[in-house]
Amino acid sequence: MSAVPLARRRPRHNYWLSGVAILVSIVVFVIPFAFIVLTAVKDRQQASLLDFSWPDNFQIVQNFIDVVKARDYMLIIAFVNSTILTVASVAIMVVLAAMVAYVLQRRKSKWNVLVNFLVLSGLIIPPAVVPTIWVLQKLGLFRTMPGLILVEVAFGISFAILLFRAFIATIPRELDEAAIIDGASPFRLFFQVIFPLLRSVAITVIVVQSVTVFNDFVNPLYFLPGDQNATVQLTLYNFSSQFTSQYNLLFMNILLITIPPLIMFLFFNRRIVAGLTSGAIKG
Amino acid sequence: MTTTIHAQRAHHGEGTGSTAPDKRRRKKSPYPSWFYLPAALIYGALFLVPTFASFYFSLTRWTIFDSHFIGFDNFVDFFREPALVSGLTHTLVYAVVTSGLKVVLGLLLAILLTSQIVGRGYLRSVVFFPVLVSTIGVGLTFTVLMNPEKGLINESLNLIGIQGPGWLTDPDFALISVALVDVWKGVGLATLIFIAGIVSIPQEYLEAAKVDGASSTASFFKIVLPLARPATVTVIILSLIGGLRSFDLIWAMTRGGPGFTSDVIASVIYKQYQAGFYGLSTAGNVILFLVVTALILPLYWFLSRKEVEL
Repeated sequence: MSAVPLARRRPRHNYWLSGVAILVSIVVFVIPFAFIVLTAVKDRQQASLLDFSWPDNFQIVQNFIDVVKARDYMLIIAFVNSTILTVASVAIMVVLAAMVAYVLQRRKSKWNVLVNFLVLSGLIIPPAVVPTIWVLQKLGLFRTMPGLILVEVAFGISFAILLFRAFIATIPRELDEAAIIDGASPFRLFFQVIFPLLRSVAITVIVVQSVTVFNDFVNPLYFLPGDQNATVQLTLYNFSSQFTSQYNLLFMNILLITIPPLIMFLFFNRRIVAGLTSGAIKG
Repeated sequence: MTTTIHAQRAHHGEGTGSTAPDKRRRKKSPYPSWFYLPAALIYGALFLVPTFASFYFSLTRWTIFDSHFIGFDNFVDFFREPALVSGLTHTLVYAVVTSGLKVVLGLLLAILLTSQIVGRGYLRSVVFFPVLVSTIGVGLTFTVLMNPEKGLINESLNLIGIQGPGWLTDPDFALISVALVDVWKGVGLATLIFIAGIVSIPQEYLEAAKVDGASSTASFFKIVLPLARPATVTVIILSLIGGLRSFDLIWAMTRGGPGFTSDVIASVIYKQYQAGFYGLSTAGNVILFLVVTALILPLYWFLSRKEVEL
């Protein structure tokens, strides 16, 4: 029944269906977010009722200050840590993935089969947790930020390589040849000729992977435990047991953590969509 | 690859290659294989080595510093302990339920959102946004909404005279409740992939079918569904992989409880790790690896083969 409008050429709006869809979307998707916002600005007593109601008195500033101050400004430390983690791991990921994708796409060799296989494995195989800790321990990187950054790079690079490879395939080889004739070294060819052309796909990779790393809970939980190193997702999780009677603060925390992805969404909606659906057509 | 470089060096008669050679005569590939190196080091050390090591360590009694080979005892323990075995079945139920619902709802939503309806941009945004939100945040929010006495969901159900279940406290419901929240959060991605698939179908096919008098149901089943197959395959594979590995949502909402009724392999791995049973935890990892590959590889092969036949 809902396939009807698809075959229709003239834009004739189906108002009845639209009304139902919008109504359902408000109940299912908007109300939970409204609930977060409303609870975040309530006072403590009203928030503990857990109901969906208009706040009696707005405590935005007070709740914000309280949640930031909680446990010696833990949230600030966590935001700093998460920012370092996200920026560093995504930066490394973008450069290394572009290098791999470039050689993988351009150079035909017997290694391509293996590299492609490894890239796909990285997408499918669940990482072995404790052995990773073991390796990090041997390298002296367990419980350190550099260790976690490298872990995020290792687990996220496959997806980045796939996106870059698909894009590099659209860059004509004549460009490489021209640069080579002009005497560019392989290093310069890549970093000064090819890499700048990857801007649009690089933005996609950056946006998608930043959101992923920023929202990551499992890897910090395993590889960077401890309060001093906490990332925002870990602090949120820890707050949830501490704030059982202070739902206004818990939801203020959730609200604050939702803001960075929201900004990404508002500015880069198209990029995100392009990145996440790139595999859909080819399969 | 390395052999060709050696061969070239031998040809030039230079041992180290560090002395500046004649640039025009050197025929090195402009696509140097050392570009693989930094990524390969990180990926190899932190992904490949642990993956291979997991097969060995799953056969040991292990405290990070010192391992003791005990054969298949960890696996025997795993399958003897009902709480752990149920983790395996829960994982399968969770993965099948979430990916099944994501395929069906995602396809319906995609058809809706590619049709002529008012507020299409708004609807697409609102369906997709939860994908980008922190899983822990979503989990905690829905834990509150699903509160059996005070939660918004049961309050609303009360208004229309339905006594809602204890979503997360009732052993029969806990796993399914978490799975439903997973669908809520993830259906936007499935929808997006289906939309991309549907948009790529040439309009002429649908027009031709219409001219030939095909009903809309017929053109859905005979045109849209078969041609959106790559999208369907992507959604199934992606959501199955995600569902089988799922940990953070379950951990944020129930921690595997009540009892062990919503434990999955990933949460068992974490619990055994916390308890210090590193060998057993790693055995859980190996089991997860086997489950994932045993499901995904044949499925992928089967689904993409069908595609060729079409």
